[in-house]
Amino acid sequence: MRVNLTVNGRPAHAEGVWEGESLLYVLRERLGLFGTKNACEQGECGSCTVRLDGEPVCACLVAAGQAEGREVETVESLAGAAGLSAVQEAFAEAGAVQCGFCTPGLLMATDALLRREPRPAEAEIREALSGNLCRCTGYEQILSAVRLAAARRAEGAR
Amino acid sequence: MDFLRPATWEEALAAKAAHPEAVPIAGGTDLMVELNFGRRRPACLLDLGRIGELARWHREKGAVRLGAAVPYREIAAALGGPLPALAHAARAVGSPQIRNRGTVGGNLGTASPAGDAHPALLAAGAAVEAASVRGTRLIPVEEFFTGPRRNALAADELIRAVRIDPAGGPQEFAKVGTRNAMVVAVCSFALALDEAGRSVRTGIGSAAPTPRRAREAEEFLAGVLAEGGHWEDRRPPPPSAARRFAELAAAACAPIDDVRGSAAYRRHAVAVLARRTLDRTWTAYRGGERCA
Amino acid sequence: MNAPAAPGGFGGVGESAGRPDGRQKVTGAFPYASDLRHPDMLWGHTLRSPHAHARLLGLDVAPALAVPGVACVLTARDLPAATHYGLDLPDQPVLAEGRVRYHGEPVALVAADHPETARRAAALIRAEYAELPGVHDEASATAPGAPLLHPDRADRYAALVPHPNVVHRQPVRRGDLAAAAARADVVVAREYRVGMQDQAFLGPESGLAVPDGEGGVDLYVATQWLHVDRRQLAPVLGLPPAKVRLTLAGVGGAFGGREDLSMQAHACLLALRTGRPVKMSYRRDESFLGHVHRHPATLSYEHGATRDGRLTHVRARIVLDGGAYASSSPAVVGNAASLGVGPYEVPAVEVEALALYTNNPPCGAMRGFGAVQACFAYEAQMDLLAAELGLDPVEFRQRNALSEGSVMPTGQRVDSPAPVAELLRLVKERPLPRPRQWETRDSATGARRVEPRALPGGLGRASRGESVVRGVGYAVGIKNVAFSEGYDDPSTARVTLELSGDEPVATVRTAAAEVGQGGVTVQTQIARTELGVSRVVLAPPDTGIGSAGSTSASRQTYLTGGAVREACAAVRAEVLRRARERRGRPADGPPADGLRLAEGKVVTAEGEVLAGLAELLEAGPVTAEREFRHRPTRPFDPVTGQGDGHVQYSFCAHRAVVEVDTELGLVKVVELAAAQDVGRAINPRAVVGQIHGGSLQGLGLAILEELRVDAAGRVRNPSFTDYLLPTVLDAPSMPVDVLELADPHAPYGLRGAGEAPTLSATPAVVAALRQATGRALRRVPVRPEHLVGLAE
Repeated sequence: MRVNLTVNGRPAHAEGVWEGESLLYVLRERLGLFGTKNACEQGECGSCTVRLDGEPVCACLVAAGQAEGREVETVESLAGAAGLSAVQEAFAEAGAVQCGFCTPGLLMATDALLRREPRPAEAEIREALSGNLCRCTGYEQILSAVRLAAARRAEGAR
Repeated sequence: MDFLRPATWEEALAAKAAHPEAVPIAGGTDLMVELNFGRRRPACLLDLGRIGELARWHREKGAVRLGAAVPYREIAAALGGPLPALAHAARAVGSPQIRNRGTVGGNLGTASPAGDAHPALLAAGAAVEAASVRGTRLIPVEEFFTGPRRNALAADELIRAVRIDPAGGPQEFAKVGTRNAMVVAVCSFALALDEAGRSVRTGIGSAAPTPRRAREAEEFLAGVLAEGGHWEDRRPPPPSAARRFAELAAAACAPIDDVRGSAAYRRHAVAVLARRTLDRTWTAYRGGERCA
Repeated sequence: MNAPAAPGGFGGVGESAGRPDGRQKVTGAFPYASDLRHPDMLWGHTLRSPHAHARLLGLDVAPALAVPGVACVLTARDLPAATHYGLDLPDQPVLAEGRVRYHGEPVALVAADHPETARRAAALIRAEYAELPGVHDEASATAPGAPLLHPDRADRYAALVPHPNVVHRQPVRRGDLAAAAARADVVVAREYRVGMQDQAFLGPESGLAVPDGEGGVDLYVATQWLHVDRRQLAPVLGLPPAKVRLTLAGVGGAFGGREDLSMQAHACLLALRTGRPVKMSYRRDESFLGHVHRHPATLSYEHGATRDGRLTHVRARIVLDGGAYASSSPAVVGNAASLGVGPYEVPAVEVEALALYTNNPPCGAMRGFGAVQACFAYEAQMDLLAAELGLDPVEFRQRNALSEGSVMPTGQRVDSPAPVAELLRLVKERPLPRPRQWETRDSATGARRVEPRALPGGLGRASRGESVVRGVGYAVGIKNVAFSEGYDDPSTARVTLELSGDEPVATVRTAAAEVGQGGVTVQTQIARTELGVSRVVLAPPDTGIGSAGSTSASRQTYLTGGAVREACAAVRAEVLRRARERRGRPADGPPADGLRLAEGKVVTAEGEVLAGLAELLEAGPVTAEREFRHRPTRPFDPVTGQGDGHVQYSFCAHRAVVEVDTELGLVKVVELAAAQDVGRAINPRAVVGQIHGGSLQGLGLAILEELRVDAAGRVRNPSFTDYLLPTVLDAPSMPVDVLELADPHAPYGLRGAGEAPTLSATPAVVAALRQATGRALRRVPVRPEHLVGLAE
């Protein structure tokens, strides 16, 4: 089947999509957007987190056909013409990235959190990221990055 | 494989009647795992994501009519007042990403004994609105689960909504998982006190082939509360009664040993949760700490 | 890859410089192995055995070949050359022939135009099995008449093992044990068990094999060690090594799980057979079957001590389950044996460690490598002894702590700092976190508020504070750095300094696998510091240069860092020679003339600028290649275990603070404080990141992570639904103290850092759980059942 959707603000379409295919597969293998990662394909790691109509979801659990006509934002959308976003900068600087396989999903989850709640408390950050597994960092420097990004965004907004 | 995308509820019912083998998909949080891992190859998928009414809830004659595809995030955020146990359960589901997609309709459709919504629905006395081109029927939720991952729907039926009376007293939900987030329940328990009806209802999850009520425990506790005048004077039931309630809740379980936990632990934990939820709801009933 | 300096810094040694791949990793542009593609490629898939032990009676591949889109199906009969491979012993079939020995063993391969097609076709292969009785523990593996996993062993361990189902056995004996035991006032003897932990790296095993049209193949793959992959691959493909070229593709974590081959040979075989590029990428369930795990272990320990708190002796027997194939079991045995009493001075030691062949999943390298299992047991013993003696557990450890000059049970003298007592002091003296942080009172109304996210059970609301008890536990561990027992594991680096435009740029080329640990960052930092240039470019690691050795054993900063430093020193020497020549100084002038490179210039000892690098490089680039070795080690004596077997030791201590719901057995680790000596922190933030990550993996082993294998040897939970990794709501606060006591034998004085934190985290958490619950807890992972007394 054919699937039409908006990806990172631009119309995109995929032909020959198998009906049981996931949005993750379409993004990666049909649209060439490999930033969204395939670590478990069962919604248990968050590596494939994208925003679907604004909400963070696991792309592996969205049937491609369900994305018809919807807006999808992936990690590739975060950096603007001006360069990296505050969240990306903070992750790169604070040691939040080791192997980096979880990073795109964590960036999307963090981005969604800070859009909703610019000044999240510790417990809110942890809850918002509790669907994203990281095997390398022990999460401490990820939490530092989120706090750093929140502070910088608040500064920038002032 | 076909992929059907009905735009209206009527179209969905017609599609399901024409393709009884079609598997409905809403949040996809159960079904897509089966598809990704090649465990299921349905001939036809029926996407319910385009039917706006399914993703909405409203009050109808006092009850909450919860569209089958309202995501858990919305339930947790908006329905804590009328449906406290279900809202607590919704917040305990999977991860934020799963809560953004997963639905009560999907939980019911999968009918896993471990589904987080089920104990809360059982305790709240919910009714499942099952519809087909033949008409609509209301299935009391305790009659909905017919076996492990089996439910009472006919081949041409879809879940349209769940009707739940707002809480008539304090409600609690508690879930045991080995991990502190994103975990399948080892067991779970919900308790609802109904002040006006002087009744008690429970729901047990993941400790029997299907979600189920602990009816003897309910009757026992209701009896103790009535006989002791506890509803009126708000004194807590005696500790011996709380213990007996917990024992009866555990006795209602028929658990198995699996990688998530042993049968013995599940029985033990259900008893602990029963006692704790009773303690918490009664504290709330006395006007003490809120179960926030 | 060009590396950013830390903001405001030069990005040299000792700074928390940023990762050179950081920008690509936060934009999604970093190409992991699973992201590779080729316009003409096929997808490979592996058919695996559903049985742990069976005769493979027949394979009918015709139904798979008949599926449209299938290009090729391979079985053992199609193998062109060597049929077996292995890191140490070549005992593992590339594809099973006649017999399968573990659940998940590869049986056949399919290449097709879509991954789903390949999977479906593989499922159509008719494989006929006759199940055989299996061996799954020591008793069954060594029983009379036990089926032998490898009946015709002729390997170098075979003559020394007590039974053919023992891969390798290593005793360590020192001192007069009987006499020492007679001096003991207190003796404790217990048995401990460690479950099967999995590396659970997030990036699946993946690679792309591209035939070169001339009989050779290029493999782009996520691995820990390109050259050892090639050493095993070339004989299987029947090709000379030069025709098997490997290039590192992006690696999504490793932790030991990528040291063995997984899909490498399979993808190359399919590519060479079809003449088309073949990509293989495991799904999560296959990943759990497709790599080795941490050895499960049964450990029997007897410890003795005198009334004044001195250890008299340790007797230990460590049985590791190696599963169906050897992998790195022999080296794991060597570690367990030689490090089996921990970082303590013990006058008399009798340790026996062995690894079994069984029909369980093969086990091999995982972070901590044999030292993890032993540390769980000996640290539990130290707590028991302290309690028997009425001593504080930290004080008791400190009294017996190893220090510089101590002699290990292997007879090896510790000849660099070993601040074991100091590390314990650091974690102990930290203020304890405030109890019951989940509970607050509204200042106005006095109402109690509860934060479920900080409680055991989290948002499940199992506890709202009911039955929550705090416990505190301590542990310390010892890990070896780099390859031991006489192994020669050098690393090679080639450094070129040249002009790009008019700016000097250093290019560093090694075959070191970056698996996330930050090796690329430290290589960059070393080049900056040694050459005084800010722009450093790293060439992609491949087999076009000499081996870097494995990214494992906490060794890559030491070995490849050492190689980069030496290559840079050679480049620098040539640049300085050119400077002297140009300024009319003696060209081979004395090193004492104090010339150095700084900020792109040659500077004299007095700070005078002698020449700009740019002008010196106009004559052409300067290149040097160096191979770097650690000092040699020796094998352990097969009977006594004596020998200077290790290069360097690494130490870390932990204090765990837990809160346990004692009725439900749910756990919240509140804080896991660590102190570690790293000799020299080349990149302080990266070091702390390693300590955090290792600590959380240790926590995972303590309370969550176990690959469960049933009585018939089948893996029951190969998924992230039931193999539970810690989430951020399970992760404690992890304050870290880093000591930098230089090891005079190591480059920059550094001490390998990656593994030590994984060891002591587990026993510290379990010690805290024991204190909270009063239960013995002699098995990890501890499950809720154990904490409430419903299981032993």
